[in-house]
Amino acid sequence: GPLSERRLMDVRLGELPAWLATCNFSPQGLLGGMQKAWSSYYDKYINVKRGGPAGITMLLAGYCILSYSWNYQHISKASFLGSV
Amino acid sequence: MNLSFFDQFASPSLMGIPLILLSLLFPALLLPTPNNRWLTNRLSTLQSWLFLLFTKQLMLPLNKNGHKWSIILTSLMTLLLMINLLGLLPYTFTPTTQLSMNMALAFPLWLATLLTGLRNQPSMSLGHLLPEGTPTPLIPALILIETTSLLIRPLALGVRLTANLTAGHLLIQLISTATIALLPIMPTVSILTMSILLLLTILEVAVAMIQAYVFVLLLSLYLQENI
Repeated sequence: GPLSERRLMDVRLGELPAWLATCNFSPQGLLGGMQKAWSSYYDKYINVKRGGPAGITMLLAGYCILSYSWNYQHISKASFLGSV
Repeated sequence: MNLSFFDQFASPSLMGIPLILLSLLFPALLLPTPNNRWLTNRLSTLQSWLFLLFTKQLMLPLNKNGHKWSIILTSLMTLLLMINLLGLLPYTFTPTTQLSMNMALAFPLWLATLLTGLRNQPSMSLGHLLPEGTPTPLIPALILIETTSLLIRPLALGVRLTANLTAGHLLIQLISTATIALLPIMPTVSILTMSILLLLTILEVAVAMIQAYVFVLLLSLYLQENI
């Protein structure tokens, strides 16, 4: 279909800058994008008939990695045998 | 002693933007709003079952007026439970280790129970300051003691939660530092320390859940006296 209506996973690498240009970067647009991303994740991994711990575990792992990246600057200054 | 063990409790900020708000909002992602379907996904079912069980358990001793508090108490319990449990994951930040946050939760809620009691049934609320059957000479002293214990309740609520969680996190960090430091020197002792760490982590999971429950239970008890 037309470039502006395709989802991010369907956009080819070469078309990425053009796709980014069609994006709506206003606050409503960003919020709408986040809502769409969350609901597609939720419907694919959590809101399924026989879901297991995998959906939430991926979310928690992502949260851990995000927290690590926020703390990285502080943690990287620690020597190995000292404390963080 | 390295004072930098306390660095894990510094409120995180990224280029000046406080991230504690994100740590507070993240549990909302893990609790989906139930939709109108009869058969929802497993997470929603589990969540509804837990909430109904908890609310029923909490509201049993309260009269009908107290049932107005069911939403705020259940949501408070859920928030504290999720925050405490998420704080046990590596590298995450636990907002409930901040005394400011716990006092901000404890003080207004306690004050609300106190003012509800004083407004609707003042003599009953004041009557709680003197237990039944006290010998007459002890009455003045006991009233002072009971007033002190009443006024110290919000402080106790806040500090209990803060101290339990902070102590737990500190212990985990200390013992894990010891385990890593001992590994090249005495591997056997290091493995022993690691088993202690495992037991401590199980304890911390329990403490996280129990502390959240105790906070809300005490608030409901204060409410029972006053409503």
